[in-house]
Amino acid sequence: MNQKYSNTRATLAIAKASFRSILRSPSAVVFSLAFPLIFIVVFANIGGGGMSIDVGVTKGCDTLNPVYKALQKNTIVHLIKDQSVDEMNKNLAKGSIDAIIDLKPFVPMKPIDMSVQYSHASGDKGAVLKSALNNIFYRLQSEQLSRIKAYSGIKIPDAVNLKETVVTGREYKYIDFILPGQLGFSLLSSGVFGTAFVFISLRLTLVIKRFFATPVKRYSIVLGETLARIVFSLLGALFIIMIGHYAFGFTLIHGVVTVLNMLVLCTIGLIIFMGFGFTISGIAKNESTVPPLSNIITLPQFLLSGTFFSVTAFPTWLQHVSNVLPLTHLNNAMRKVAFEGAGLGDVTHQLFILLLWGIGVYAVAVKTFKWE
Amino acid sequence: MANQPIITVKNLVKNYGDFEAVKGISFEVYEGEIFGLLGPNGAGKTTTLEVIETLREKTSGEIMVDGFDIETDADSIKKRIGVQLQAAGYYPNLNLSELIVLFCGLYGVNKTPMEMLEKVALTDKAKAKYKDLSGGQKQRFSIATTLINNPRIIFLDEPTTGLDPQARRNLWDLIREIRDAGTTVVITTHYMDEAEVLCDRVAFVDGGHIIGIDTPDHFIDQLVATGFEREKETKGANLEDVFINLTGKEWRES
Repeated sequence: MNQKYSNTRATLAIAKASFRSILRSPSAVVFSLAFPLIFIVVFANIGGGGMSIDVGVTKGCDTLNPVYKALQKNTIVHLIKDQSVDEMNKNLAKGSIDAIIDLKPFVPMKPIDMSVQYSHASGDKGAVLKSALNNIFYRLQSEQLSRIKAYSGIKIPDAVNLKETVVTGREYKYIDFILPGQLGFSLLSSGVFGTAFVFISLRLTLVIKRFFATPVKRYSIVLGETLARIVFSLLGALFIIMIGHYAFGFTLIHGVVTVLNMLVLCTIGLIIFMGFGFTISGIAKNESTVPPLSNIITLPQFLLSGTFFSVTAFPTWLQHVSNVLPLTHLNNAMRKVAFEGAGLGDVTHQLFILLLWGIGVYAVAVKTFKWE
Repeated sequence: MANQPIITVKNLVKNYGDFEAVKGISFEVYEGEIFGLLGPNGAGKTTTLEVIETLREKTSGEIMVDGFDIETDADSIKKRIGVQLQAAGYYPNLNLSELIVLFCGLYGVNKTPMEMLEKVALTDKAKAKYKDLSGGQKQRFSIATTLINNPRIIFLDEPTTGLDPQARRNLWDLIREIRDAGTTVVITTHYMDEAEVLCDRVAFVDGGHIIGIDTPDHFIDQLVATGFEREKETKGANLEDVFINLTGKEWRES
């Protein structure tokens, strides 16, 4: 009683208790770490390969044919030789094989005798194979033409004078897209679900009421909880970034500086998402109404904010919806910082929209939040 | 101790909307006594306690706690009292030691968890979670949290409800020890036998009014003086004595 009462000490005591509690709560760890990591592992592995066209090869097909050899060298064509004609026809109809080719034995100076079956079931892949084949035919014909030119001396003008160059640039890997999205998702679920659950359970079990019987200030309770959640989420984000960087080659242009910028963005995002959590904890009557309310906030953003695929893949009207959501802007800012090496000063547009969300959400949270 | 009042309540009124829960209550609690608030459910006991504990705003009236006015000095009062709420839980996922550390931070005092748990004989449960304790252990732990700030007064709201006879007796001993160490205790209960053996003075509350304050002995003597007699002839023992005699005094832990 003689020593002066310290609000800071009380706040830190709550932060420490809350942090311990979060670490021991399975749902927090699963949502913030396990889910994002699982998504990253899955999508980094299936997303990186790009397109693959499965082409069935008939039994009697001439494998010494130059067309066959050219197809073998093509990286997106995957030749399948171990299936019977029946199997191949069935698979072609289902679309699990994209085409069937048959090449008659190659006879010099005679046209190459080749048949290709495509399938409506496999979408655009037939067209891609067709263009790959045309490319091969063009090269074969050019070779023949140049041979004829060499023998006869006839000048045939080239139809196309093609110059191809490849610009050197950073490879934009799928992990560079998926990881920031997963970070955003992790922050969103921790901020909304975690905050809402903690405050409603502290309120219903009278923990907050018991706190009020001590000299602690109200702001200490909110601040302590917020502090704990920020520390937990930042450690989680750091963990995800490190795994992404070292195991999947996630691009961090300016190294540590980029990581620090990302963590600042994480903090801003989390604080806004916690505002939703505070609001839900006030509206929800009991713990079982928290998940549906939280899902109303998180699911649309999970799907529409460019977590798994770019917003530009959506029809225009849906893009307008996406461009309103806060997670979209957090994700965009995060990608700019991580991949393009932008500083926080370069993402002021995104930060401004997040700021508007922050003001709006907390205006509602202050009105709806209940202490008891 | 010359009956020095440590809590003074004058004309306390508390309304919830149109409902009058407390309708002008006045009483004093003396320093160093165990004071019981008795009465049926809904009589206004818990509301009265929570107003004194600074957890609820009063509608009107005056309350002084250890020389401080609840209206102007709520913070000073919070530092001087310990509060056990009816059916309150504790911060989830923490063990008893960690909860004590949390409360030390909230009160701004330096106590070790073991020192506090020792007072309520729970040192062997230091690493246990609150939800895994037995009813009696939960209540003892709650009392430990009320003692962290060396309070002048502690408030216990139905601490023995739901406990078996051994745990109840054990808690009475603990409450007496706390009183003997100089802390004033304000308690509510539905058990009259408990109030009779534990409380130095009791107040009966009904319908938002106080209908009598005195020592349990005086109340009983007064009633007997009116010619009251129990319907059944009193025997030298009751069934609870039989229970304790058969099952032993030592306390069961689960």
